Amino acid sequence: MIRALAVAFAFACAVPAAAQTVAITGGRIVTMGPAGEIERGTVLIRNGRIVAVGADVPVPPGAKIIDATGKIVTPGLVAAGTALGLIEVRSVETTDDRATDADDLSAAFDAGYGLNPDSLLIPVARLGGITRAITTPTYKDRSDRELLFAGQAAAVTLDGSAMLMKRGVAMVLDMGDAGAERAGGARAAELVALRALFAEVRDYKMRRAAYDRGQTRDYTLSRADMDALIPVVEGRVPLLVSVNRAADIRDALALAREERLKLIIESAGEGWRVADEIAAAGVPVLLTPVENTPASFEMLGATLTNAARLAGVGVTIAIGGNGNHREREMRYNAGNAAANGLGWQAALAAITINPARIFGLADRIGSLEAGKEGDVVIWDGDPLDTLTRPTSVFIRGIAQPMTSRATELRDRYLPAVLPSANGEMP
Amino acid sequence: MASTMKYLGGAGIALISLATAGVALAAHGAPDDPFPATYHPAASAPLAIVGATVLTGTGAEIPDATLLIADGKIEAVGTKLPVPEGYALVDGRGKWVTPGIIDAHSHLGVNPSPATPSHEDSNEAVSPNTAEVWAEHSVWPQDPKFRLARAGGVTSLMILPGSANLFGGRSVTLKNVPSVTTQGMKFPGAPYGLKIACGENPKRVYGGKGRSPATRMGNVAGYRKAWIDAADYVRRQDKWEAGGKTGDPPKRDLQLETLAGVLRGEILVQNHCYRADEMAVMVDVAREFGFKIRTFHHANEAFKIAPLLAKEDICVATWANSWGAKMESLDGIEENAPMIDAAGGCAIIHSDDGLLIQRLNQEAGIAMTAANHAGLSVSRGEAIKWITANPAKAMGIADKVGTLEPGKMADVVLWSANPFSVYALADRVWVDGVIQWDRSDPRYQKPSDFILGQPGQEFVR
Repeated sequence: MIRALAVAFAFACAVPAAAQTVAITGGRIVTMGPAGEIERGTVLIRNGRIVAVGADVPVPPGAKIIDATGKIVTPGLVAAGTALGLIEVRSVETTDDRATDADDLSAAFDAGYGLNPDSLLIPVARLGGITRAITTPTYKDRSDRELLFAGQAAAVTLDGSAMLMKRGVAMVLDMGDAGAERAGGARAAELVALRALFAEVRDYKMRRAAYDRGQTRDYTLSRADMDALIPVVEGRVPLLVSVNRAADIRDALALAREERLKLIIESAGEGWRVADEIAAAGVPVLLTPVENTPASFEMLGATLTNAARLAGVGVTIAIGGNGNHREREMRYNAGNAAANGLGWQAALAAITINPARIFGLADRIGSLEAGKEGDVVIWDGDPLDTLTRPTSVFIRGIAQPMTSRATELRDRYLPAVLPSANGEMP
Repeated sequence: MASTMKYLGGAGIALISLATAGVALAAHGAPDDPFPATYHPAASAPLAIVGATVLTGTGAEIPDATLLIADGKIEAVGTKLPVPEGYALVDGRGKWVTPGIIDAHSHLGVNPSPATPSHEDSNEAVSPNTAEVWAEHSVWPQDPKFRLARAGGVTSLMILPGSANLFGGRSVTLKNVPSVTTQGMKFPGAPYGLKIACGENPKRVYGGKGRSPATRMGNVAGYRKAWIDAADYVRRQDKWEAGGKTGDPPKRDLQLETLAGVLRGEILVQNHCYRADEMAVMVDVAREFGFKIRTFHHANEAFKIAPLLAKEDICVATWANSWGAKMESLDGIEENAPMIDAAGGCAIIHSDDGLLIQRLNQEAGIAMTAANHAGLSVSRGEAIKWITANPAKAMGIADKVGTLEPGKMADVVLWSANPFSVYALADRVWVDGVIQWDRSDPRYQKPSDFILGQPGQEFVR
């Protein structure tokens, strides 16, 4: 009974907030949509959706007005390639749900399950302007088990509610050094194994009834893994391939072309060297543009100009953060790409509309357009700069708390260091 | 404190005897500087950077300033200074000048790129006490990241052993200049540091091997046991010297020699330690054995004991953004360094990372912006100290670098914009008045030997 009341109460509270009409007025709006930049305009959100964006949008009576005069208004940032919701403390295994080493589970592993909306990482990311994420599985290697696919990524919402936005937005695969290692120590081993696996999945797809009757040959993968790979071989779910060496990128492009797969390239340390080929294939790239060290033999050509070079020839790029706890740095990474030749608009696109497009979410998020969900960030300056902070973050039209566990810790100890304090510890 | 003074006194006596004997022996039977620095800056023409906004590293921000450099040293900085004849002019208008960036925590060279097992030379993780190892014997000067750090304005850096051990070994302080040998990068006259590690790393590494330390109390027992041995070593050395050095000298012990160097105040303690409670214990351990901790590194919880650390005059080298990888780093906040600063302490932004070392200026900018957002009032003049003057203090080289005061080494960065901004790039970097990086001149962008002939080197960074 008490529980039922609590649920009813929570529901009653949630509905008016979502139903509220919010008008963000007076700011410079960078829509990332067809309207471009609006020097001084209004974003109107009703029932969690954007209903109007423009210079002359009338504010209806009763709307909650957020004055953004002198500020910059952008779409919420979309963090591609994170594990937000799947990890808390890296060294504490029970809080790390990014990967499995179970037998017979690779492609079927689904990051859309087991998400934790109460993760401490989420408010920290949100204070960096991040409102949505592509939560992506990783690998948990075991020496006695060969595992090619990490599993399926999911799109998630970072407003503290049930996180799942869309399941199965990509199938995750390492190629290059890491993929070769898992496939038996050579790049060719992985490329051959992948082709064989895709052939098996296509065979299985034709003979599912026979498979149920035990009248097919033995397949390498489990039924669940093969089921998960059917939309991949059909080109409906993209294969998200982490790969760096120029030659390895070519191999990935060739694999996708021959197998008729939809491909997204991740990392792409030497991507700029084959940028024209990536562009010609229409393959988007997720990257962390500050990774410019020759960290491995597949990254010898890494450079800060990678993002600019790729975007310069027409590759759709999305820029990521520095991993989970440090996801908030994605906007600085975009800023660094801008400082090294990427256009400012292109850099902002790489953390908003581009990741939304790449993962098939652009009908819902990624830009400030009528009909989209009300994810809006108000910044006290250039959102790509280290000198700037968000002043408000809205997800589906609801103002998010501008606090995190970190700010609570700060505020607990701040009085002891203020000039008025006499060195007393709390 | 009294015992520290005594040990310093002991060192002084030894130096006198060295001079009279004319033998290459320093304090207490140890050879004087067995791996001496061979770095000598090239001669450089005098230089005037005119019109830039200068952050001096002493707290000041001087718009439209003139900075004069002569004989590899800072000569003068101020507004409307006359430029003497014969000085090369550098147009600084619209740009910013800072002291060379100093990283108080780096593993460049000991964890080089590419990362391969053959290159991994940072942790002698075979025993919890390896005070006998010296990081400089692991440094690979061809690590391509030295150049990348130079392009990020880094002119001096302390290379530390890793944190697997309670006592990880000696650090080495380098000038970030191209060199085939490590001795050719060594910062002349910089003191050594001793890497000590608290917390999860040592107890995980050795507990995992079924030996001590397996707990934090095991960690502390390990430190104390070692310091007891070191104090005994010092007593034996002192006794031999006080006795007129008759008879055989006590046998040298590399491990105890480094610990003894700490007890004598010659080697600076660089202590990897995350949690506030553990730092407070380490302060007590230092007091028990009469030495000083110079710096707590990483120190995600330093803000909780900021007044204590300020009172103890212990620097805090930390990040703005890193937190949460381990339980002991769960409480990391962006405002850690600024809160140390606000309490009157010595705040440092460090890298511990081959990517971040290229952008320490931005990390300081993030901390500064977060602090001002939280109601602290941090000026740019103050914040630049976190990556210049304060790391110089932590490394014991504040009399030589870290500010643009006259007489200091001319380690200088010319930035394209406000150095705390994501858009600031280091246009030029001078070390001892010698240009070592120029973003528009390939002569000063030369990569390491390793990079030569490798694919994809069309771009400088």
